[in-house]
Amino acid sequence: MKALSRREFLASTTVAAAVGLSAPALAQGAPRVVVVGGGFGGASAARALKQADPRIAVTLVETSRTFTACPFSNLVIGGLRELSAQQFGYDRVAAGGVEVVFATATGVDARARRVTLDSGAGLDFDRLVLSPGIDIRWNALPGYDEAAAEKMPHAWRAGPQTALLRRQLEAMEDGGVVVMAAPANPFRCPPGPYERASLIAHYLKTKKPKSKLILLDAKDQFSKQRLFQNAWKELYPDHLEWVSLSNGGKVTGVDASTMTLSTDFGSHKAAVANVIPPQKAGRIAEVAGVADQTGWCPIDPVTFESKLVPNIHVLGDATIAGGMPKSAFTANAQAKICAAATAKLVAGEQPEQPKLINTCYSVAAPDYGITVAGVYQPVNGVLTEVQGSGGVSPIDAPRSARAEEALYAAGWFNTITGEVFG
Amino acid sequence: MARPLINVPATAKRGEVVAIRTLISHPMESGFRHTSTGERIARDIVTGFVATYNGEEIFRATLFPAIAANPFITFHTVATESGTIEFRWTGDNGYSANEQAKITVV
Repeated sequence: MKALSRREFLASTTVAAAVGLSAPALAQGAPRVVVVGGGFGGASAARALKQADPRIAVTLVETSRTFTACPFSNLVIGGLRELSAQQFGYDRVAAGGVEVVFATATGVDARARRVTLDSGAGLDFDRLVLSPGIDIRWNALPGYDEAAAEKMPHAWRAGPQTALLRRQLEAMEDGGVVVMAAPANPFRCPPGPYERASLIAHYLKTKKPKSKLILLDAKDQFSKQRLFQNAWKELYPDHLEWVSLSNGGKVTGVDASTMTLSTDFGSHKAAVANVIPPQKAGRIAEVAGVADQTGWCPIDPVTFESKLVPNIHVLGDATIAGGMPKSAFTANAQAKICAAATAKLVAGEQPEQPKLINTCYSVAAPDYGITVAGVYQPVNGVLTEVQGSGGVSPIDAPRSARAEEALYAAGWFNTITGEVFG
Repeated sequence: MARPLINVPATAKRGEVVAIRTLISHPMESGFRHTSTGERIARDIVTGFVATYNGEEIFRATLFPAIAANPFITFHTVATESGTIEFRWTGDNGYSANEQAKITVV
C-alpha cells in the first residue's frame, strides 16, 4: 500500500470508512461528476450534487453563457413581459463550487468515462449527468426544417425564436389570422401550447381585435383541458378557435413560402404561424447512446441512471419519466433526486426510494392562473402518479381564485429561478 | 356529433388515381371496459363504412372493437367520370351518418 499524506489519510478514513467510497473514485481522488446542460435540470443537479457532498468535483458543461427560461416565455410572446426577465447567468452556480465550462459537449465515451467538448478538450467522469432538454425533429412534419422555422417560428426553446414570434405578432395587421400547430404527445410542457394560445388571444383581443387565432391540434385531449376551455369561453370567445384531431386539426405538412399549414382535410393560410413541431431528447443523448428508438431516454426512476448505458444519468425533458410531464418543475425535482442518488452511488451507498412532485402553472390571462399538480413514485420501474395525490384547480373557482393563482405562478417562477441560478 | 370530415379532390384527370380521406367523430366504445363499480360499458362502435361513386360501390370496410376512436379511413379510387362520391357510416344503436362530395373529371 502506498504511503498516504495526512490529507489523503483523513479523506480516506472519513470517506472510505464512513461512507465506503467506491474503488475507482478513490484511486483518482475526489469523485468526478460531469453535468451536461445548464437548464433547470442540469444547473439544479450540479448545485444539488455539490450540496449533497462538497468533495465531489462537479463540472457543468453548457453552451450558452446566458440561460433563457421557457416557463413564462409565453408572456413575452403575448407582449406582457420582456425577454430579459427570462435570462439568467451562471455566476452564482460557479460561486457555489461548481466548475462551469462554457462549451458544447460533442462526444461521450461511456467506457473510458470521458466527455469530449467542441473545444477539443475532454472531461473525465465517474458518473455523467445529461440534462440536454429537447431538440426539434426537423422534417418530421413535412416542410418544417430550420429555414422554415425562421418564417414560422416554433419558439419552443426560449430565446431568439421567442423574440421572433413576438415581433411577427406586433408587425401583423389587425385582421390577420394567427395559426398555431400543436403536436402529438410526448412533447415539452404539455399545457404550453394552450397557455400560448391563450396569451396570443389576449394580445389579439387587446391590440388586434379584428384578428383571430386558430389552434390546430394533433390531439383530442390535453393538459388542464376543461380549465383552458372554460377560460377561452369566458375570455376569448371571438379570438380563439381550437380544432381538435377529430375535427381535422392534425397538421400534416407546412409550406413556409406560402405560410400555409395543411391538414388531411384542408389548408390554412396564416399571417403569423407558430408551429410546435415533434421533438426528441437533446442531441448529446443520441450521441451518448442513452436515447432509444423513440428519441427519448429510458431511465431507472430511483437513480435516473440510463437503462441503456451504465454510469450515465439522464433527467428532465429528455427522459421517459412515466407519468411525470416534461416541465421545469419536474426537471428540478428529478435533478435533486438524481443528485442525491449519484452522491450515494459514488460513495458506494444505496440510493433511497424517491417521491417527486410536479406543479405546472399556466396563465390564460395576466390575472388568470390555473394549475395541475401531482406526486410521483417508482412503481415497477415506472414513475407513477400517487393516487389521489394531485389534481387541477377547481373548475368552478371564482375569478378571485384565478387572480391569486396568477400571483402564485409568478411566485413560483421567482422561487425556482432563485433556487437554480440565484 | 360533429359532421364527418371528407377530402375528395374537386377536379381530377380521367383515369387518375386519387386519394380520398374520411374521418368520423365517434367514441368507438369497445364493450370490453368496465366502470369503477364493475359494470360493463355497452359496446358502441361504428361497424360499417361504404363509399359509392355515382351509385357504384368503390370501397367497403367492416369495423371491429379494436378500431380506435374517431376512425380515419383513407383509400384510393380511379377518377372515371364527373359526379358524386357518397359515404355512409353505420353502427351500434342505430348509428348512421352520411356525407358526399362532388368530383369533376376533365
